[in-house]
Amino acid sequence: MNFQPGKDTLKRNFKTVGTRTPRPDGLDKITGRAQFGADMTAPGMLWGLILRSPHAHARIRKIDTSKAEAVNGVHAVVTAADFGPCPDGVLDVRENIMAREKALYDGHAVAAVAATSRAAAKQALKLIKVDYEVLPHVTDVDEAMKPSAPVINNKLFTKGLDKTPRKPSNVAERFEFGHGDVEAGLKQADLVIERTFKTEATHQGYIEPHACLASMGSDGKGDIWCCTQGHFMVRQVCSALLGMDASALRVTASEIGGGFGGKTTVFIEPVALALSLKSNRPVKVVMSRSEVLRASGPTSSTSIDIKIGMNKDGTITAGDATLRYQGGAFPGSAVPYGAMAAFACYDLKAVRAVGYDVIANRPKQAAYRAPGAPMAAYAVESVVDELCKELDLDPLDVRLKNASSDGSKASYGPNFDVIGLRATLEAARAHPHYKAKLGRNQGRGVACGFWFNFGGETSVSLNVSADGTIGLSVGTPDIGGSRASIGNMAAEELGVPHDKVRCIIADTASLGYNDVTDGSRVTFASGLAAINAARDAIGKMCERAAGIWGIPVEAVTWEDGAARPSSPNAGKHEPLTLADIAAQAGATGGPISGHCEINAEGAGVSFATHLVDTEVDPETGYVKVLRYTVFQDAGKAVHPSYVEGQFQGGAVQGIGWALNEEYIYGKDGTLQNAGFLDYRIPVASDLPMIDAVIVEVPNPGHPYGVRGVGETSIVPPLAAISNSVSDAAGVRMTQLPMSPPRVLKALGRI
Amino acid sequence: MQYHAPATVKDAVKLLAGSKGSTQILAGGTDLLVRMRSGFSEPDTIIDIKRISPMCKIARDGKGFAIGAAVSSAEMSENAALAKAWPGVVESAALIGSTQVQGRATIAGNLCNASPAADSVPAMVAAGAKAVIRGPKGKRKVAVEKICKGPGQTILKKGELIEAIVLPAKPARTGDAYLRFIPRTEMDIAVAGAGICVTLDAKGVCTAARVSLGAIAPTVLLVSRAAKALIGTRIDDEALDALAAACSAAARPIDDKRGTKEFRIHVAGVLARRAAIIARDRALGKS
Repeated sequence: MNFQPGKDTLKRNFKTVGTRTPRPDGLDKITGRAQFGADMTAPGMLWGLILRSPHAHARIRKIDTSKAEAVNGVHAVVTAADFGPCPDGVLDVRENIMAREKALYDGHAVAAVAATSRAAAKQALKLIKVDYEVLPHVTDVDEAMKPSAPVINNKLFTKGLDKTPRKPSNVAERFEFGHGDVEAGLKQADLVIERTFKTEATHQGYIEPHACLASMGSDGKGDIWCCTQGHFMVRQVCSALLGMDASALRVTASEIGGGFGGKTTVFIEPVALALSLKSNRPVKVVMSRSEVLRASGPTSSTSIDIKIGMNKDGTITAGDATLRYQGGAFPGSAVPYGAMAAFACYDLKAVRAVGYDVIANRPKQAAYRAPGAPMAAYAVESVVDELCKELDLDPLDVRLKNASSDGSKASYGPNFDVIGLRATLEAARAHPHYKAKLGRNQGRGVACGFWFNFGGETSVSLNVSADGTIGLSVGTPDIGGSRASIGNMAAEELGVPHDKVRCIIADTASLGYNDVTDGSRVTFASGLAAINAARDAIGKMCERAAGIWGIPVEAVTWEDGAARPSSPNAGKHEPLTLADIAAQAGATGGPISGHCEINAEGAGVSFATHLVDTEVDPETGYVKVLRYTVFQDAGKAVHPSYVEGQFQGGAVQGIGWALNEEYIYGKDGTLQNAGFLDYRIPVASDLPMIDAVIVEVPNPGHPYGVRGVGETSIVPPLAAISNSVSDAAGVRMTQLPMSPPRVLKALGRI
Repeated sequence: MQYHAPATVKDAVKLLAGSKGSTQILAGGTDLLVRMRSGFSEPDTIIDIKRISPMCKIARDGKGFAIGAAVSSAEMSENAALAKAWPGVVESAALIGSTQVQGRATIAGNLCNASPAADSVPAMVAAGAKAVIRGPKGKRKVAVEKICKGPGQTILKKGELIEAIVLPAKPARTGDAYLRFIPRTEMDIAVAGAGICVTLDAKGVCTAARVSLGAIAPTVLLVSRAAKALIGTRIDDEALDALAAACSAAARPIDDKRGTKEFRIHVAGVLARRAAIIARDRALGKS
């Protein structure tokens, strides 16, 4: 009964899928009933606080916690010494959640306290004495790559080179993707443009800071409640760090106030668990906003060189990119994804993208919505825009001329299946926005973007209740409306109204393993698993109907929410609805459930085209976003309102990234703007309504044609806005954010 | 930590004068509570002035307005007579924080917080506002531009507090305005700010002007040279250019996370120019 690609028909008349049903979490969220990470409490609970390094780079000579331990109300103090040996796979996590020999960035955790009140914990933090030897630091990616830069990790030898170097450096690894003869391609071009771009690190800016409650029993069994994008990941990592059996730890995901990739790892959870283990009490840890900015995982800052050749007719002859991403104090920046995604929108004969993963004295980067791709697209799409301007060509025509399409060889290796890039470009060209007139100091920008999308390990359980309603348990936290979409897909498959299905996020003891909510995978993979689980339950319900009717199960079919004889030969039987069968479940063999455990494949890639108009104030450099339209392929929009929300959200985060958001480090390497006052995410009044145009080119890898939509929407905005501002200002912008001082300088006014 | 909520100014002064350790006045709390929460301030004593009823009122007499130190910026916006007389001051107070913050924030608090970027201060300075200070030795009135000594520092002595901000009666054909630059549209701190007040004669010639700049020096500045660029002119393009140049020349800002030195110097002139046009049009009764 499971979905088989190519065998299921993607064309069907949907009843629930594609409709805008009320959001199932809406009432709880607006009434305050929803329980977020910091809302969990337990009897006897202690408050945990974390002491953080005030230095960008310092050797920790000694930590004296004796005075802190003596504070009235303090039950436990932990340092790196409380985290013993662990598997190699979580070593960097262990070093990041609690500094050991060195503090590697401003905000790096060095100790933690659990006390009966926050005030006592705060007092104790002040009494912890850390003897630091301050070391030279580096925060800029280009500076970090210089041979003269302070070496952050003397065991780091660049991987991916022909010969492993003998000297350690801050360059963790080199990557290369591409095909064809790039040099020859560039030689053939009528025009080659080469430029260097820089982008600053940005934070996902989720409104809910990290929060958790950990409780460790004296029998060695523990529980964690936390806001996370992956509670199975929290279980795996925390149990590994504390030497526990995975199944001895149960993790429950709370309602989540935004993630955008930033909650796909752990920061405070193992610390709270260690404090609970030591104090034998439940311990709650809640990050402040300043801790979130200093010590959770922003995205990389980057430095990128691009060289593209184009003929007068608009044909791109070759593309070449060198990308340098710093991902904080540990290897693992998203540079390989950036290098793979850089030219993915173009069907090129010759293309090369080289990436360098660089470490610096900054917090360890975490995933941020299409990790690595927005910066790469920014650089590539800026140069394509400039080539179009120089050769007097229409930017949409040029993109259509060179666009990747079904079967074309992707710049990162494989051949594309059915894809929707052309459809988004054509939708943009036909839209009134593209023809709208612009005024003085105004400009228009176009850019495309790509994201891979992901499937992954997924487990779903669907339970039919005796009253004919459905409990649907998934293991992927809902960060963008997935409960509604997955519930609606199950309702569609079963043939019941959407409000008969309640979709919940089950804890780690109640379901098989689930990968984290990432890679725009959840509506695709958990949705696919829910469809399969529904089909599994339908099979069982057909068996029950066959038993009731006394006919073979092969003679029973499921249609419109009821079992029916498949043909007149099967005899005359009134249909048995789902509710009829559920009511008799006890008498016909017991409870009815459907399950699906898969490693989902076939997540279709996704493309988008963005169109944006801006106005530049030539006297202040202030940029106003006037109009913004997103055209993106959703495959099939299961819940169009949520799909539009994803398109709008990506565009808005892109606007923030392009115009004002940045990590600002002082000369001493400390973060200067660790708060939402000076880390400037856009406020509502900064934004126009973002128009969302849903394009549907069905993904053959999903029974309904679904493609993930969560990430692609943040890939084009940096480039689209930069192209728009460059058009309005009459100057090519090559650095983000395009803050007013930077724009005014580019205009030559200061 | 001790918390007091006296009912009279006299009691507040007594508590202030007698307090030991660090003492903070609590009006709206939009600076103090944030600082306490983030661990930057741990006062031993807090004196809440919101129970002192005269300090919660806007009083009007022939001479102008007295705005109690506990009056919120939202209350100022709702006072039609005040908004009509001194729109620049009222608008500057309505730029502080968010709608919710404006329900709490006070201009006396904004002044005592002594941030060079305080939005209401350049507007008050341009309007010729004075602070009424009460202390153990009685009452004194000090021009608003003389209150701050540097970032976070005021001239207030032990036991002293600001009771009210007084705005003069507005002379005929007078208009004021305040503009600030922020990279967003709201919920932000001024990167530069300019408050302007001009008085015109019957022919539209400027007879008096006050120009004040924010966020471009350790304290808010009253720039008399910039005012001179307007006086005797019809505030035409030439005068506005001279004003902008005088403002940029007077600015001595720092480079920081909110803006560069060169940006602030340039934008101070731009804002002054734009604010002067609004103030002039208001004085002419055009808006």
